[in-house]
Amino acid sequence: MDSLADIASLLNSTFRISTPLVFAAMAGLFAERSGVIDFGLEGKMLAAAFVAAVGAYFFGSPWIGLLLAILACVSLSMLHGFASVTHKGDQVVSCVAINILMIGLTTALAAAWFGQAGLTPTLTSEQRFLEITLPFADALQNVPIIGLVYSDIISGHYIFVYIAYLSVPIVFWIVFKTSFGLRLRAVGENPSAVDTAGINVFSMRYKALMVNGVLIAFAGAHLSTAVNANFFREMSAGRGYLALAALIFGKWHPKTALIACLLFGFTDALQIRLQGVELPMIGTIPVQLIQAIPYILTVVLLAGFVGKAIAPNAIGQPYIKER
Amino acid sequence: MKKFLNIFVISFALVFSTSTFANKIGVIYDSGGKFDKSFNELAYNTAVRVQDELGWDMIEFEAANNTQIEQGMRKVADRGATLVVAMGFAQADAVAAIAPQYPDVNFVAVDVCWVDDPAGNIYQACYLEHEGSFLVGVIAAMASKTGTIGFVGGMDIPLIRKFQGGYEQGALYANPDIKILANMTGTTPEAWNNPTKGAELTKAQIDGGADVVYQAAGGTGIGVLQAAADAGIYGIGVDTNQNWMHPGSMLTSMLKRLDLTIFEQAEKTAAGTFEPGINILGLAQGMVGYATADGQVTPEMAAAADAAAAGIVDGSITVADWSQE
Repeated sequence: MDSLADIASLLNSTFRISTPLVFAAMAGLFAERSGVIDFGLEGKMLAAAFVAAVGAYFFGSPWIGLLLAILACVSLSMLHGFASVTHKGDQVVSCVAINILMIGLTTALAAAWFGQAGLTPTLTSEQRFLEITLPFADALQNVPIIGLVYSDIISGHYIFVYIAYLSVPIVFWIVFKTSFGLRLRAVGENPSAVDTAGINVFSMRYKALMVNGVLIAFAGAHLSTAVNANFFREMSAGRGYLALAALIFGKWHPKTALIACLLFGFTDALQIRLQGVELPMIGTIPVQLIQAIPYILTVVLLAGFVGKAIAPNAIGQPYIKER
Repeated sequence: MKKFLNIFVISFALVFSTSTFANKIGVIYDSGGKFDKSFNELAYNTAVRVQDELGWDMIEFEAANNTQIEQGMRKVADRGATLVVAMGFAQADAVAAIAPQYPDVNFVAVDVCWVDDPAGNIYQACYLEHEGSFLVGVIAAMASKTGTIGFVGGMDIPLIRKFQGGYEQGALYANPDIKILANMTGTTPEAWNNPTKGAELTKAQIDGGADVVYQAAGGTGIGVLQAAADAGIYGIGVDTNQNWMHPGSMLTSMLKRLDLTIFEQAEKTAAGTFEPGINILGLAQGMVGYATADGQVTPEMAAAADAAAAGIVDGSITVADWSQE
C-alpha cells in the first residue's frame, strides 16, 4: 500500500510540474503553427506571473489577477506581432527583447510599488487559487483502487492543472478539426497559397498570437497565485524554454507535445524522490547525477527515438505580399 | 569675484561635508537577492540599523551574477565606504583581490574564513551553522508526530551540507528512530531563487510523511515555508527569525547572528578598534541559536534544546561538520 501511495504522490507531482509547461507548449503551438516563432514564452510567463500576483493583491481576487494577466500577455503577443508580422522584423530578436524586458520590468515595478526588488506581497488564501477537492472525493477515499485513483490522484489539484489537461484535446480539435485550424496550419506552411485563396495572412497570425497570449497567461498565474503566494524575480526559471523544447520534441502536435511535457514533469518529480534514496544493487546515487536525469533523458530520446522534427514550412519568415 | 568664489567654496563644502566625512557601510549582496527574507535581508536590516543608530551612510550593490561581484566591490570601495560587508562564500575571491588595494577600508566577509589578508583589513566570519541546526533538529524531532521530518537545501554545496548535517544529528539525538527526508534544490546558483521547485520538494516530503520541514535555501525557502503552511505542517526558518512569515505554522528559526557581527564591526570601525582576523563563531560565542518569538516552541522543547546547547558548549555533545567530509 505504501508503494501505491508513493506512485500516487509521484503522479500528482508530475501533473503539477507539467502544468505550466503544457500551457506554454499549447501557446507556442498556436504561434508556431501560424509561422511565428515564439521564443518569448519565458518573458510572457514571467509577465503573467507578475501581473496575476499584483492584480490578486490589489483587487483581492485571483480571478481579476488572471484576467489582467491575460490582458498583459495578449498585449505582449500583439507587440510581438506588430514587430514581426506587420513590420516584418526578425522574430527571434523580438522575442528576446520581450524576455529581457520582462525580467527587468517585473523586478523594477515590484521595487517601485512594494519597495522590494523582485518580490510582491504574500497573498492570503482568499487572494489565491487553492487546491480543489472534487465532489465525493472524501466519500470515496476508502474504496480500493477507485479511491486511490479518484481521491488521491484526480482530486486535490489547483484549478489550472485541470484546465491545462482539458486544453489539450480542445487545442487538438481547434487545430485539426476546424476551418480556423486548417487556415492556421496553412498559413504556417504556405502563406502565399493562403493569400491566393483570399485569406488574410496577417490577421490569421494575429489571431494565433491572441490565443497564444491567453494560454501563456494561465501558466504564469499558476506559478504566482496557485503554487506560490507571491511573485519572485525570474520565477519562470526557464519553463518557457523547456516548453518550447517540448513543442519541438512533440513535432508541433498537441498530443505528442503533451507527452513531452509530462515526460519532463515526470523526470523532475522522479529526481526529487530519488535524491538520497538507496537503490538496490547501486546504493545512493550522487545528487548531481540525479538532477541531470531530465536532461540526459531528453538528449537520449531526442537523438534516438523521436526522429526528425519537421517545423512548419514558413516558420520564422515574415510574409511579404507580392505586388 | 573673489567673494563669489568664497561663497561657492563654502557652500560646496557644506553640501559635501556630511557625505564626505560620515562613515559609510557598503553592502554587497549574495545571489539570493536583497529581499530574500533571510540571509541578505538580515544584512540589509543591519545596515539600516547602522545608519539609524550610528549615523552612517549606506552604499549597496546587488550583483546580477557572480562575475560582477569584484567590479561592484571595487565601486563600493571607490565611493568611499569605510566598511565593506561581503555577503557569502562566493565573494571570497573578490575580497581577497580588492581588500589589499584599499588598505584604509575595513572589510567584513561573511561565510568566508580562508583568504589571505596581507593588508590586515579583513574580518572573516564563519559560523558553526551545524550547531544551530542541531538545536532546531532537536526541536523538530520533538514536534513531529509522524516521526518523519524534512530538510530542503538550496544549492548543493558544502555549506548547506553543514546545515543538513547538524539538523539530522540533532533530530537523531532527540529521537533515534526519526526518519529524515533531505532534498537539495539544484547544483547551480539558480537553486537559491526557485520557490516553485522548493514548494514541489516540500510537497514530495509531505507525501513521504514529513510534518516538520527545515529550509536552508535562500529565496527558494519562501516557497518551502509557503507549501508547509498550505499543508498545515510546521516550517523552520533559517538565518534570521522567519517565524512572522506564517504565524501559527512556523515552529522556530535557526538564527545565524551575522547582524551582531556586522553591527559590532561597524562600531569598532567607528571607534578605531577594528581587528582583522579569522573568526569561527558558534554557540559558545552566542552567534548561532534558535528563535522562540512568534514560533511554536513549547517549554519542553526549549528545555531540551537549551540542554543540548549547553552540552555542545561544554563539549559533551560533538556535532560533526558535514562540510568537511
